Amino acid sequence: MKNHLVPAILFTLFSVIALGIVYPLVMTGISVLIFPAQANGSPVTVNGKLVGSSIIGQLWTKPQYFHGRPSAAGKGYDPTSTGGTNLAPTSKKLIEATRAAIVALKKENPDAKGPIPMDLITSSASGIDPDISVEGAYYQVPRIAKARGLAPATVYTLVDRQAQGRTLGFLGEPRVNVLELNLSLDGAKS
Amino acid sequence: MQGLSWVNLLIVLIAVLLLTKPLGRYIDRVFNGQRTFLWPLLGRVERLAYRCCGIDPTVEMPWSGYALSALALGAASAGALYVILRVQQWLPLNPQHFANLTPDVAFNAAISFATTTDWQVYSGENALSYFSQMAGIVPAMFAASATGLALAIGFIRGLARSEAQTLGNFWVDLIRSVLYVMLPLSVVGALLYVSQGVPQNFHAYADAVNPEGFKQAITGGPMGSETIIELLGGNGGGFVGANAASPNENPTALCNFLELLTMLLIPAALTNTFGRMVGDARQGWILFGAMSALLVGGAVTAQVAESHGNSAIVALGVNGPNWEGKEVRFGPASAGLSVAVATATGNGAANATYDSLMPVADLVALANMQTSEVIFGGVGSGLYGMLVYAVLTVFIAGLMVGRTPEYLGKKIERREVQFAMLSVLAFALAVLVPAAIASVSRAGVAVLGNDGPHGFAEIIYAFTSTSANNGSAMAGLGSNLFYNLMTAAAMLAGRFGPVIPTMALAGTLALQVKSVRLSRGSFRTDTFMFGALLLGVVVIVGALTFLPADLLGPIVEQAMIVHPH
Repeated sequence: MKNHLVPAILFTLFSVIALGIVYPLVMTGISVLIFPAQANGSPVTVNGKLVGSSIIGQLWTKPQYFHGRPSAAGKGYDPTSTGGTNLAPTSKKLIEATRAAIVALKKENPDAKGPIPMDLITSSASGIDPDISVEGAYYQVPRIAKARGLAPATVYTLVDRQAQGRTLGFLGEPRVNVLELNLSLDGAKS
Repeated sequence: MQGLSWVNLLIVLIAVLLLTKPLGRYIDRVFNGQRTFLWPLLGRVERLAYRCCGIDPTVEMPWSGYALSALALGAASAGALYVILRVQQWLPLNPQHFANLTPDVAFNAAISFATTTDWQVYSGENALSYFSQMAGIVPAMFAASATGLALAIGFIRGLARSEAQTLGNFWVDLIRSVLYVMLPLSVVGALLYVSQGVPQNFHAYADAVNPEGFKQAITGGPMGSETIIELLGGNGGGFVGANAASPNENPTALCNFLELLTMLLIPAALTNTFGRMVGDARQGWILFGAMSALLVGGAVTAQVAESHGNSAIVALGVNGPNWEGKEVRFGPASAGLSVAVATATGNGAANATYDSLMPVADLVALANMQTSEVIFGGVGSGLYGMLVYAVLTVFIAGLMVGRTPEYLGKKIERREVQFAMLSVLAFALAVLVPAAIASVSRAGVAVLGNDGPHGFAEIIYAFTSTSANNGSAMAGLGSNLFYNLMTAAAMLAGRFGPVIPTMALAGTLALQVKSVRLSRGSFRTDTFMFGALLLGVVVIVGALTFLPADLLGPIVEQAMIVHPH
């Protein structure tokens, strides 16, 4: 066994240095050089102040902003405690939580039209989902238009401008990034 | 929407098919010792590695050398990771000042990463320093996945050689795996991931305040360089708790597509490498075909289940697929595809929460792992696992039609079948014994996240995933000392239990004379018929072993959804 353990230990030491230190450092160097914004976590700043990251969702509660999905990450949208509800489809807790989410959503959006979008009443897997569905954004437009004193058509146009289709036409779902949408709302207002 | 998820599945398969041959040929050249285009760059490093590790690359080893070396490397690698996790607060690159992990959590993690399982009882974003991630987790991932590849190459040589005492040199195969296969693919893949938005930095978490005044810590770290080897090597342990569901590790739909490809890439290519090394490319394509058929079956089932949605939520008056525990950028149907690919390829990297999947999709995940990860499977381990099934298939076919059981010119007799069965049984025992203990012990049921059959599913899932070295979880299941020790035992038993009889099988096969010509009485193994039989044996062995347990979990749960009263 000693014959096998010696190379095992030496290889492990070699790999900690070569693969554990050199490789990540080199990759960081190249990444920061070629893709600086992405490597740094896609930060979003307004007037020089960090407001968030374009890949990470945030908690929005005021009526004049688009809201994201329910979140199970920490106290809501906490990137240091990511995860979902982990409730089973047959779970009573899940049914109760979803029922409560439906009631709350309807109360917040008394003038909303059309069916309730499923994504707005279910928690994401990460708890920091940055997006909502395009229907999910449309659903909130009457509330936002009212709170901001804007014509609904203006807000719908804004949603359409920010909406992303399926990548390459077949990957993922059509979506809107909530932070970017809300920042463009503030831009539209001023 | 469902229609487009079929397109997604189809394009993933086509891409894998196109990459299998060139990468398979390249890997074959690497292990034959031929010079590849990377040799001018890495040949020097290869020689340096041999010198550093005290290896004479010209010395060959018998099967026992492979098995013992794999064990020794597992022990050394787990030991190094354990030490780093236990002292991380005194090491550099810990901007969030995370404390040392407790002994049982560090032990569980060390075993987990040394066996390609990557079961995680901590969440990286609030427990691991950047140093622990890059210098602890990453080398362990490289070593564990390269071990699988080296063992598979040794196994194939057992089939390819005639009257041979040795299978090659484990350390040479290991170092070549890392240098010429894992590392170059990781460099390219990590850059692709970073281009999509996966962070690669050493920043302390940044404080952001949004226009509403909501405060948020923006996490960071060298995530790209870790996420790539996580997926490429069939490891699956995430930098952050939400793993491939987190926008940090999987920021776009395109990134998700690349990650699916990454998971399938090496296991698929190895079928081609196998065909080349035994001198008959068709033999490889038969395995590829059987694996693909099983993968597609699972993927289609999971996609349909998730698109169909949860009738209990629909009853509340909202129509749509099962969005609970899914990300908007991927959507439920494509999450079904990801579940199937990740569980089939030994990857714990989930882009949805498995606890919230529909029971049928959970069943797909379980079935993919309960076939002992041979539907492409982990890097190397998937291939040698499938070759063990091929040996059994040849034997069973021989019994059925009265032909000489022969695989690639090697007779399959009592010893060979004994070793193959030991390997299959070692896995089954590693799952079922601890699951049975957990189901009847107070500590085992104390941390269940859900009630009823789903709670039982959480237990069976935990031990299936750890024994199969997958590492995905129904994360509602909490952790305690009982699970930290029991899952560690399952991971060890599930990894090394089959390795020893499998390599012994390779040893006995190597000793035999390889008959070059097919006798009239032998059963051909390069035919569609053999592929179908192989598929049948995989499904039947898995179903006979695990169906009773699955019946009490996801199958009952599905019945509850169909008939709520």
